[in-house]
Amino acid sequence: MLSIRREICGYCGACVSVCPEGALELIDAYLTVDADRCRDCGICARVCPLGALEVADERSL
Amino acid sequence: MNDHYDVLIIGGGPGGAMAGKAVAEAGLSCCIIEKRPAIGTPVRCAEGVGQEIYDFIDLDPKWVSARIQSAELVAPNGQVIELSSEMAGNEVGYVLDRKMFDRELIWRAANAGSDVYVKTRAVDAIVEDGAVKGARVEYAGEIRNISAKIVIAADGVESKFARWCGIDTTVPMNELETCVQYLMTDIDIDSSVNVFYLGNEMAPEGYVWIFPKGERTANVGIGISGKKCKDGSRPKDYLDRFVQEKFPKGKIIELIVGGVSACRPLRSTVANGLMIVGDAARVSDPLTGGGIINAMYTGKLAGEVAAECIKEGNLTAAVLKKYDTIWRESAMGKGIERNYQIKEIMIRLSDQKMDSILSSVQKMDLEVIGTKEIVRELIKYNPWLLKEMSNLKKILG
Ligand SMILES: Cc1cc2nc3c(=O)[nH]c(=O)nc-3n(C[C@H](O)[C@H](O)[C@H](O)COP(=O)(O)OP(=O)(O)OC[C@H]3O[C@@H](n4cnc5c(N)ncnc54)[C@H](O)[C@@H]3O)c2cc1C
Repeated sequence: MLSIRREICGYCGACVSVCPEGALELIDAYLTVDADRCRDCGICARVCPLGALEVADERSL
Repeated sequence: MNDHYDVLIIGGGPGGAMAGKAVAEAGLSCCIIEKRPAIGTPVRCAEGVGQEIYDFIDLDPKWVSARIQSAELVAPNGQVIELSSEMAGNEVGYVLDRKMFDRELIWRAANAGSDVYVKTRAVDAIVEDGAVKGARVEYAGEIRNISAKIVIAADGVESKFARWCGIDTTVPMNELETCVQYLMTDIDIDSSVNVFYLGNEMAPEGYVWIFPKGERTANVGIGISGKKCKDGSRPKDYLDRFVQEKFPKGKIIELIVGGVSACRPLRSTVANGLMIVGDAARVSDPLTGGGIINAMYTGKLAGEVAAECIKEGNLTAAVLKKYDTIWRESAMGKGIERNYQIKEIMIRLSDQKMDSILSSVQKMDLEVIGTKEIVRELIKYNPWLLKEMSNLKKILG
């Protein structure tokens, strides 16, 4: 499960650009994840400039 | 907001604004939608541009923060190489104020006759019979269908619109430069010099920049490869270390974050009824990360070609392809391919090797400051580079 720490997120959209599933969406000033599409690959969590994303059970990258 | 436009543009950055202006000037109906409540903010950019800006607009002090006379490259071992232009007193580039600059571009599009809506977000594409026919748009809490003869996707690094049309725009993790920047004040800098720091300790597969924004004020930022980014070594960690050492007394008055792609452009930037421009098309420079001018160029070109095709009544990918072909064959298109290959070489260099290449020069007087010119000059002093990196010669043409 991807968790978004809103207090850290800078809503820049870097994560959106690398998501292979198109599961992330930036709605102006907040980020949302479509849990049905997200496959917990953890790529978004890796690239986040601030470290705002976390996959509870990150697959090895 | 009308239910139909000749051209609907998704995104109000430099790419979308230039497209909107071109379409409106051709006398067609046009609408730019921007999901943020304000154009140009929050800034996701270091705001540096070269002289090419003159191809699109005359400079206005309203949106020029600093005029740049030279640049400094700092090698991993700390050696400084000064880059300046041969023509004395010449400006080599500018640092913009994008909050004002992006507004200016949108204002010009609006003045030319384009509609503009802010806090209005495309949420899906309308695709019928294999052709893009418009967008589903959220506007004041309501979903509406807007139809258009052509949609121009200018939605920046996120690039979701083209994805909704079935085009994979995913940036590979290792080719996404993840960035953090502070707007700092009360720091000792030369307000006419852009500074770049290289090295794997400093910024793995990226660089640290200091771009002046005026007296004692600058954008101080970093971009690193997504591949090198993880807890404890995120761009913010690197930048905090740099700032602590270099500007311990400086004050941070703005935090800027963002991603910029360093991959090759999309394989095709058109489809039936669709054109993709700027960062959404992945045309930011893979070596420098610069994308403002490229977005303006592709935006303007797409707007012009869209207007032409609508007047001729043919909106198929085969006809819109003209846009794709023109930009690929342009100086910008060729520069992107060249810089992609230079980047591929650069990221494989050890700090030691980088030091040894750079140690051959202290000062470069170049006609224009560009990556091609810099690499050419370095080869002059390190002819072995050509032997060792056989495709360098081909790249430089
Ligand atoms: C940290 C950093 C530093 C940079 N430094 C430089 C630099 O010094 N020089 C340089 O030339 N370039 C630089 N760049 C790159 C530059 O910022 C971009 O290339 C440029 O902004 C691209 O313009 P654009 O119009 O394509 O996209 P953008 O300027 O990103 O505009 C896209 C717009 O589309 C909107 N949008 C997205 N989705 C939707 C939707 N669904 N509906 C409605 N609107 C939507 C967004 O809100 C955004 O406003 C930097 C980038 C970063 C991240």
